[in-house]
Amino acid sequence: MQFMMLIYEPSTQFDERQRPTDDNAHWGAWRAYHQSLVDAGIYQGGGPLERPEVTATTVRVRGGERQVQDGPYADTKEQLGGFILLEVPTLDAALDCASRCPAAAYGAVEVRPLADLTRIFGPGHRGARA
Amino acid sequence: VNEARVAVEAAARASYARLISFLSARSGDVAGAEDALADAFVAALRTWPSGGIPSKPDAWLLHAARRKLIDRRRRERTRDDGVHVLASLLAEAEDLSQAHAFPDERLKLLFVCAHPAIDARVHTPLMLQVVLGLDAVAISAAFLTPASTMGQRLSRAKAKIRDTRIAFEVPAGVELEQRLSAVLEAIYAAYGHGWEGADGMDAERLGLAEEALFLARLLVEHLPDQAEALGLLALLEYCEARRPARRSPSGEYVPMSDQDTQLWDVKRLAEAERLLTAASRCNRPGRFQLEAAVQSAHVERCQRRRADWAAIVVLYEGLVRLAPTFGALVGRAAAVAEAQGPAAGLALLDAMPADAIGSYQPYWATRAHVEQRLGREHEARQSFDTALRLTRDPAVRRYLEHAATATTRRGSARPPPA
Repeated sequence: MQFMMLIYEPSTQFDERQRPTDDNAHWGAWRAYHQSLVDAGIYQGGGPLERPEVTATTVRVRGGERQVQDGPYADTKEQLGGFILLEVPTLDAALDCASRCPAAAYGAVEVRPLADLTRIFGPGHRGARA
Repeated sequence: VNEARVAVEAAARASYARLISFLSARSGDVAGAEDALADAFVAALRTWPSGGIPSKPDAWLLHAARRKLIDRRRRERTRDDGVHVLASLLAEAEDLSQAHAFPDERLKLLFVCAHPAIDARVHTPLMLQVVLGLDAVAISAAFLTPASTMGQRLSRAKAKIRDTRIAFEVPAGVELEQRLSAVLEAIYAAYGHGWEGADGMDAERLGLAEEALFLARLLVEHLPDQAEALGLLALLEYCEARRPARRSPSGEYVPMSDQDTQLWDVKRLAEAERLLTAASRCNRPGRFQLEAAVQSAHVERCQRRRADWAAIVVLYEGLVRLAPTFGALVGRAAAVAEAQGPAAGLALLDAMPADAIGSYQPYWATRAHVEQRLGREHEARQSFDTALRLTRDPAVRRYLEHAATATTRRGSARPPPA
């Protein structure tokens, strides 16, 4: 079953991304974490997101009109800073992964199961998982 | 026909928890398992009278429920892998209908109900409904929650178990301790509701107490080295041992201090002592062990004429440090009033936060008694009135009304236990 880890971080954390890649004090934990998910064969994709207040753009269509707005969907103290898609059998396994995520120690990690596409589009849908 | 009905009811009583746990653990879908098992019981009521009672009723019910579960899944056109899981469930159920017993998954289900991903308010209700098969109306009445609200919370929790695939497993290590305490709290809450015996609902509520005992025993059976599980079972056994003495032959409420110790169940007390000793050997003190130890100190009265109030105060001090519940705070005040005098007890009651005490009956009952002993008749009368407004049990009401009019006649009247 696929679970999405939505990683919420305080804005100061986005500054930390500017650190050089050889700054192991900061990046070491993330590298090791990422590698552990890949090695376990459960990593299905993901990545960090650029700073929301600078780069986020939100689109709505209302009455046929496209409304494009500068800024993130929700203006909160902690912002969505990245996501990781996992393939694990249970919520408990996903929660274990989330609790090992470096961001869990300073931000928050929301764990959500992906809804089953075959339930929505039917079994013949090409995007549905085997 | 009657014989078949009795057989179905017997199977329901004896095997409901095991059947529902097995079906839920295999399918990951508690609500689906409940519906399927309910259908299986209906089928049994229809076919057993004419076809005869099967030699293995459990296996028959499991087989029927499993088939319902698969039919439903197919109709719902659900996950491919879901059907795959159910196919293996089918095969396993076929094997098991030949075997004499099927695996006991009740403990796993208990831990699922107390999962931290589920709203903590629903832990106990969920356990009562899912593991014990209580209906939502009875549960909502016990928790003073509107039936619609309770129904919504329960179905939301079950949807979460199914849709996020909460693992059916007994956790290990640190997680076991955290989850176990939620399981213990939930069992204790179930027993607590049984203990009050309010509104003349004693018969049904007695059932709830027995179910709580059953769950506590189940935990100890599977986790014999968990000090707090032993402590909870010891606590429940102490309370059960005193049950015969809690009411007079005419049904009147008898507070602990006036109970006839001859009526206490000696075998149960011995079992409680044994459990508490086993718990203390683990060297992991905890809330339930302390509460059981308070009961143990009260039992002293069997040998000596008076309970060991000094010891009870010490135990409550520990309890307040570990788990400062309203019950522990009021219990400590009542014990201090006995050991050190009513003024010291009243001081502790005065120090309790105002928002905590408003609708907490034991606080007002204890306060009334303490004020009465201090000769503050006017304040005592007001506290008795508040306690009465918060009391539903008619026998406890009569007791309080009597105590309120007794005033100084009995200087050392003691409050009902929380």
